[in-house]
Amino acid sequence: MKEKLLAIKESAEQMLASDMPLDEIRVRFLGKKGELTAVLRGMGSLSAEERPVIGALANEVRQSIEAQIEQKAAELKAKESEKKLLAEKLDVTAPGEAPEFGSRHPLAAVEKEMCDIFRSMGFEVVEGPEVEYDYYNFQALNIPENHPARDTQDTFYITDNILLRSQTSPVQVRTMEKKRPPIRVVSPGRVYRSDAVDATHSPVFHQMEGLVVDKGITMGDLKGMLELFAKKMFGSETKLRFRPHHFPFTEPSAEVDVSCFVCGGKGCRLCKGEGWIEILGAGMVHPNVLRGCDIDPEEYSGFAFGMGIERIVMRKWNIDDMRYLYENDVRFLKQFK
Amino acid sequence: MKLSFEWLSEFTDIGGISAKEYSDRMTDTGSKVEGFELLGEDIENVVVGKIVKITPHENSDHLQICQLDCGEGELRQIVTGAQNVFEGAYVPVAMAPAKLPGGIVIKAGKLRGVESNGMLCSIGELNLTTGDMPYAIEDGILILEEPDMKVGTDIRDLLQLRDTVIEFEITPNRPDCLSVIGLARETGASFEKSVTYHKPTVKGCGGDVKDYIDVEVKNDVLCPRYTAMVVKNVKIEPSPMWMRTRLRASGVRPINNIVDITNYVMLEYGQPMHAFDYKCLDGKKITVREAEENEEFVSLDNKPHTLKKGMLVIADEKKAVALAGIMGGLNSEIESDTNTVVFESANFEGASVRITGRALGMRTEASGRFEKGLDPENTMDAVLRACELVEMLGAGEVVNGVIDVYGGKKEETVIPLEADKINKFIGIDLSEEEMKKILLSLDFVLDGNMIHVPSYRQDVLCMNDIAEEIARIYGYNMIPSTSFRASVNPGLLTPVQSYREMLNNLMCSMGAYETCTFSFVSPKNVDKINLPADSALRNYVVITNPLGEDTSVMRTTTVPSVLDCLAHNYNNHDSAVTLYEISKVYLPTGVEGELPDERYRLCVASFGKGDFYTMKGMVQAVLSATGIKDARFAADATNPTYHPGRCACVKTADGTVLGVFGELHPAVAENYGFDCRVYVADLDVEALFDKSCFEKVYTPLPKYPATSRDFAFLCDESMEVGTIEEVMRRAGGKTVEDVKLFDVYRGKQVPEGKKSVAFNVTMRLTDRTMTDEDADKIVKKILTLLERELGLTLRA
Repeated sequence: MKEKLLAIKESAEQMLASDMPLDEIRVRFLGKKGELTAVLRGMGSLSAEERPVIGALANEVRQSIEAQIEQKAAELKAKESEKKLLAEKLDVTAPGEAPEFGSRHPLAAVEKEMCDIFRSMGFEVVEGPEVEYDYYNFQALNIPENHPARDTQDTFYITDNILLRSQTSPVQVRTMEKKRPPIRVVSPGRVYRSDAVDATHSPVFHQMEGLVVDKGITMGDLKGMLELFAKKMFGSETKLRFRPHHFPFTEPSAEVDVSCFVCGGKGCRLCKGEGWIEILGAGMVHPNVLRGCDIDPEEYSGFAFGMGIERIVMRKWNIDDMRYLYENDVRFLKQFK
Repeated sequence: MKLSFEWLSEFTDIGGISAKEYSDRMTDTGSKVEGFELLGEDIENVVVGKIVKITPHENSDHLQICQLDCGEGELRQIVTGAQNVFEGAYVPVAMAPAKLPGGIVIKAGKLRGVESNGMLCSIGELNLTTGDMPYAIEDGILILEEPDMKVGTDIRDLLQLRDTVIEFEITPNRPDCLSVIGLARETGASFEKSVTYHKPTVKGCGGDVKDYIDVEVKNDVLCPRYTAMVVKNVKIEPSPMWMRTRLRASGVRPINNIVDITNYVMLEYGQPMHAFDYKCLDGKKITVREAEENEEFVSLDNKPHTLKKGMLVIADEKKAVALAGIMGGLNSEIESDTNTVVFESANFEGASVRITGRALGMRTEASGRFEKGLDPENTMDAVLRACELVEMLGAGEVVNGVIDVYGGKKEETVIPLEADKINKFIGIDLSEEEMKKILLSLDFVLDGNMIHVPSYRQDVLCMNDIAEEIARIYGYNMIPSTSFRASVNPGLLTPVQSYREMLNNLMCSMGAYETCTFSFVSPKNVDKINLPADSALRNYVVITNPLGEDTSVMRTTTVPSVLDCLAHNYNNHDSAVTLYEISKVYLPTGVEGELPDERYRLCVASFGKGDFYTMKGMVQAVLSATGIKDARFAADATNPTYHPGRCACVKTADGTVLGVFGELHPAVAENYGFDCRVYVADLDVEALFDKSCFEKVYTPLPKYPATSRDFAFLCDESMEVGTIEEVMRRAGGKTVEDVKLFDVYRGKQVPEGKKSVAFNVTMRLTDRTMTDEDADKIVKKILTLLERELGLTLRA
């Protein structure tokens, strides 16, 4: 009997090694009429000593065959699956099907980037009307009627005392009328000047104004804050240069240059060999402006700054013609995704 | 303002400072340098030569062969085509190889077979005019007539062509720097150099100016000071070389000695001067008065003007002879036969000059200066300087005495020096002594701690101004950068700012590109979108001084702007483009003196992709992102911009209009050159934000399964599915969780003019599983109401 069992095991193993279907093997050996079952049925003829020995062996043979069938089944399944996966191989270099998405206009994108930087420094974003009173655009900013500074900002008028704001600075005044110090705001938006459209001029353009008013604000603070902004906006190596200038609503006033973002200050085509790019105007808020908003200049001081967003966009990407910004050609817009 | 180094060096020593170093430092201290020019650099190897001999050219009847002594030891042969040369003449010789202005290089060569070692130059070839060289002729060789000429002398030395010219951009608050003296002062302070000022002195020829003229100033606010002197026996001739050279370097064309003197003094002192022909003044009296209404006046440039009351004129007994501070009159112009001249050196109030100039469309060098506010103290030195120059040039005899009507003397500004305050304000640490040193270098006068501001610094009025003076000479870039106290505000966006930001992100994520278009447009823009003549959107904020009609009104809709951009892209053969813009429209309130209502609108426009329902999907996405759940879409066949059968108005349940969208009317599409269907949405961002709801409400997930049933109905083509859906929802009540249209069928088995619509209804109970009986009850309700209200029955 023992030999029979071992022969069954061997025969089963041979079949498993062949291509014979597993179900057939299972039926043949383990089925009700299978070979092993037949052997087990003949156990009754064995002696009492032989029976447990043979019984144990028979069990071992059964388990071994079952295990091998299972293993083989798993192998076959794996093989099959592998074959299927291989057949499903795709060309990964073929184009994808992304959902199409558009993009912000470069002016808006840069405006947002600037706002984000200032917000991270605790500035709020405030807005003001574009159709504005002469009072806010000029008079309250220490630019009385017939002041020569009005010449540098050729202004569009709606009526004698209503105009299209020529700068974002009126928002300074509107803010100080509403809020008491400490004030820390930026205000981006459209401004208007009577310049014909050409490569570097547009009658509509964008500015961002900034205003800080508090006790003990110094010109050194203005420098420190603008340097921090410039480093975040243009890169950590950026340097600033402050030149004395004149704005009626700040005193002292400065024009501020950043080191060229292309050459870093050595001089190149972008910066016309100067190494510096003029980027903004700034200064300490004029005491007349503070007083006009009922803020005591003896107690408070502050600084203000303003910059043109077009200029930054154009310099950042080396765009040589401002008209592209208003043409809205998708081939242009797509490049700023 | 152009500044000649040569002229500047008369006042302060700038030796050893390069043009670049000078420019950088001056820019740093507040006199911004735009650029500099090295005059004479473009001329090389051009010398004074004497024509020793002239012989005719054998092969030409217009060429001549000149033998020239150029101080080389031997003669130089040059062939010339000019006819005005003669033996013994001194001429500028470009000795080959030589360089001339404009990058011209002169090389030795042969002219019709005869060797020519250079070129004789005309004034044009040296970049000069007859104004610079009054004795020269335009077309011919420059025959030099200078005293003590030596052959071989560099022409740049003989004609004083070498100089460094610095071009400044002077801010309007510093008219004092529009002068050589003003810039000399800034130079001295910037480079710590001493500056020597010249005190003009006039010898005089006797007589008394009062016997010639009397001056009366009627309004000493508009004319704070009027100073005048008289010069008789004037000899009009060209001014000398040194004066012409300085004028030329400063960008002023030399004319004749008297005119040149007025210009010279204006450049040197910053004080505009005017010269009248004495014989043209009626009645020996000058009156500074306001013009009569409609008074006629012809200016020097021969243009007639009709004056208005309030404009200031200089007049004699009968007529106006000058527009104060702007331009003289043709009736009293200096001419070649002028014998006696009145030099006016006056001070006029800036605003009045500006208003008059603007009103008459006149802007001159003089008015540009007066507008900025000049120093009345300056007029006396200026007129004395002019007369000193008259004597120096031998241009006439100066009558003794000065007319000086000075009714508008300004009070001196005195400011205390508050060193501590200035240090704290700027963020520096300078001693009082250092501050005083800076102020003294700018000619401020110190009396203990009181600062007496010079009269020409009308821009300095308070502590801030003093702080700027100190900071700019000390150097802005020397101020240490500091960071101020930490912020108390978190720098958040306001809800409406966040909302617009979210809308922008949403539009981009749906494939739209943001545009940026002008806020002002042509009033005809809305014709292109077929707006009727009586549309409220034709009521504009109008610009009174626009650049042109195309940009003359503030837009009341952004649709035409975005469509223009879309058409631009369509014309570039893009196959599909979606654009959007969130920007303002400007709606007049109708109340005079009130600012318009500035409202943000969202305009989306697209072609080449999807259909009406794609655009509706975008609108629905906007509504969903805004948290508006009750929006209604109503067909609008009356909006002339849109296809009458494909346009919907979006409203909230309470009737607030949120916007409109649809397919562009084919006629409108054609106006923009589209040959395809175009879809547009025009939404009111302010209304959307007003109706927005960003509160999130959590409902527990359902515990019991839902049941769903499908229905199909046959209905008229014109019946809107929205109506059917609304009835189904109303009939089903809360148990109906969702109603979805899943098929619209026309064709076989459906009669003409009808359509088959199929809905799927999902129902659920919250407290138990829905049974078939429950569902049947609801279905019955739905069907009953549909039949009653819409006459619909289930399709067999």
